[in-house]
Amino acid sequence: MATSVAVVQFPGTNCEMDVVEAVESLGASAHVVFHDSTTLGGADAVVIAGGFAHGDYLRPGAIARFSPVMSAVEDHARRGGPVVGICNGFQVLTESHLLPGALQKNAGLKFRCGFTQLRVESTDSPLTSGCAPGDVLRIPINHFEGNYTCSEEVLAELREQDRIVLRYVDNPNGSVDDIAGICNESRNVVGLMPHPERAAHALLGSTDGRVMLESLIGTAARSRTAAAASS
Amino acid sequence: MTFDVVVEVRLREGVADPEGSTIERTLPALGFDGVRDVSVGKSIRFSLEAADEEAARSEVEDLCKRFLTNPVIEDSTITISGVVS
Repeated sequence: MATSVAVVQFPGTNCEMDVVEAVESLGASAHVVFHDSTTLGGADAVVIAGGFAHGDYLRPGAIARFSPVMSAVEDHARRGGPVVGICNGFQVLTESHLLPGALQKNAGLKFRCGFTQLRVESTDSPLTSGCAPGDVLRIPINHFEGNYTCSEEVLAELREQDRIVLRYVDNPNGSVDDIAGICNESRNVVGLMPHPERAAHALLGSTDGRVMLESLIGTAARSRTAAAASS
Repeated sequence: MTFDVVVEVRLREGVADPEGSTIERTLPALGFDGVRDVSVGKSIRFSLEAADEEAARSEVEDLCKRFLTNPVIEDSTITISGVVS
């Protein structure tokens, strides 16, 4: 059975099919899970896709946190299963307290849409395990509220624990310490503003997102094997 | 009792407020040269059933902390005015 990836769709999510297509093109199976679901359909990994969950009302991710599917995502994360939040998905993960910090409006008040260069800072994450430290990946961004911020204590912790997974080479949004993506303490939950699924085919202008999604699929397969062995 | 509640949500001190600073930079073009410290927030209004004002305030504080604000970047000011009925 192929490794399976659940892609969470809230009302207003709009990148779920891009993630499904990209994951399937890499040989894994993927299915969309709507926000009112209380299970992830037995998936080995979860991706919270980008868009505008619940219209971004109140704050991006603030309402999504209360959707029934988030209990299933939290359970999956607690069991050590890989969880990736892309763009709006990253905002949902911070609002759900699965990742620290917050995403504020971009510096300069500009909506940023275009390719960015990302430097892989840590390969100890489900999204970068197949990369080498220092690799530079060309991945697009598409956001207004992607300016990562956190308290000085949290920033110090992220640095000390090697939890800054990706940094922008040229910071496009004012994120503290050029942060593009981080992971949680147990390293199985990753959030990033850039969209690897939009860089998964040459026709899209870059294939650099494939190594990230392949890393995720590989991590998911390993975590399934580990779960099967322990049960 | 029913209380009228206004929650004003503002960015915390030190958090970049690009919307406020953009407005401030634009004002001189209209001849408003003396405007400083522009900040942009939002206000959320609702009515609330509670036993007394103290109970109302404590419930709204909890609501602010857990939902209406993101404490990483936002603060709130709560105004509880006039008993509606």
